[in-house]
Amino acid sequence: MSLDKNAIAEQIAADIPPGSYVNLGIGQPTLVADHLAAGSGVVLHTENGMLNMGPAAAGDEVDPDLINAGKIPVTELPGSAYFHHADSFAMMRGGHLDVCVLGAFQVSAGGDLANWHTGEPDAIPAVGGAMDLAIGARSVYVMMTLFTKDGSAKLVPSCTYPLTGVGCVDRVYTDLATFLITGDGVVVRDTFGISFDELASRLDVPLLRP
Amino acid sequence: MTARFFETAGEAVADIRDGSTVLVGGFGMAGMPVQLIDALIAQGAGDLTIVSNNAGNGDTGLAALLAQGRVRKVVCSFPRQTDSWVFDGLYRAGKIELEVVPQGNLAERMRAAGAGIGAFYSPTAVGTPLAEGKETREIDGRTYLLEYPVRGDVALIGAHRCDGLGNLVYRKTARNFGPVMATAAALVVVQVDEIVDTGSLDPEAVVTPSIYVDRVVRI
Repeated sequence: MSLDKNAIAEQIAADIPPGSYVNLGIGQPTLVADHLAAGSGVVLHTENGMLNMGPAAAGDEVDPDLINAGKIPVTELPGSAYFHHADSFAMMRGGHLDVCVLGAFQVSAGGDLANWHTGEPDAIPAVGGAMDLAIGARSVYVMMTLFTKDGSAKLVPSCTYPLTGVGCVDRVYTDLATFLITGDGVVVRDTFGISFDELASRLDVPLLRP
Repeated sequence: MTARFFETAGEAVADIRDGSTVLVGGFGMAGMPVQLIDALIAQGAGDLTIVSNNAGNGDTGLAALLAQGRVRKVVCSFPRQTDSWVFDGLYRAGKIELEVVPQGNLAERMRAAGAGIGAFYSPTAVGTPLAEGKETREIDGRTYLLEYPVRGDVALIGAHRCDGLGNLVYRKTARNFGPVMATAAALVVVQVDEIVDTGSLDPEAVVTPSIYVDRVVRI
């Protein structure tokens, strides 16, 4: 059976090494936090300037000065640290962040990422921290559905949407399969409710068996 | 010179001139210097370039400044939001110029300005549409883009506490762009929640040392 978004998040959470410093992108990637094992020791980074971010704030916990990159009120955990924006992005660019999990419009077989702009002429461009994260984190995991609502593949030979980063994606977690982007090509690590051959027939990307 | 303390936000921004580049702190509402922006709106300066993470939300603050036609150009990382209708309308009507900068490059370009760095090479945005027109250089097998400093005539920032010299501490994620913008403008105006006696801030915990701060107003 194909995975729902929570099951994809669970797959990703299980693959994050204990003790990692991790940035979860805005939107669905934030679900990964709910599936990290108790005692995993994973430290969450939010690019607006905090390490060891806690869960979303509720009720009296809400503090307008304590928000995540999606501008949602969050909480502190023991051992939290605050820092300014230049330091926060130096943590990414400097290769200090172990993993980031991002959504995507498209990922290419070579690991190019497109997740910031649809390329439509009247769309107002807005990039935020997506490009810094894509090239900065030591491992970049993408979380997405494998096909759009109209059935187009999002794992493609080369991206048609404007790029966020070149050759930066390491793994692609989807509802139908988990892919490893390697120097040899795209390896299908797991499939969910679909056979390798059917998957290969629906994608324009050459696939390798694990 | 050591910081001057003002009674009102209006006095603190009174001499901002037409055509100024104004760095505006805040990420969402956290750290947003709302009263200083309101004072700038009341003050009347126009033809401004605004450097901030976003391009205004709702109808207040930066959005209100934009709505009055006082801003020529916005330099920011994320203009498009669910409630950025003021900016969206001006942009679609061709009434405002936009430079989109990746968030980390925006912060680092201001850091460079404040630190006297002439330019720097960043790996962010290589191979993307935002690299167009930028000089590239390969260093140790990796491609970088040449990025120039972003300097303000004025910075408007929000902080939590200030002592009598102008040393600042911030509160939680409201710190965001404040410490970097405080280094990167010719005139740094800070609104604070509280002014405390000189000597009562732990020197180990000061985030923005007083040398960067020109004007303070308690809100």
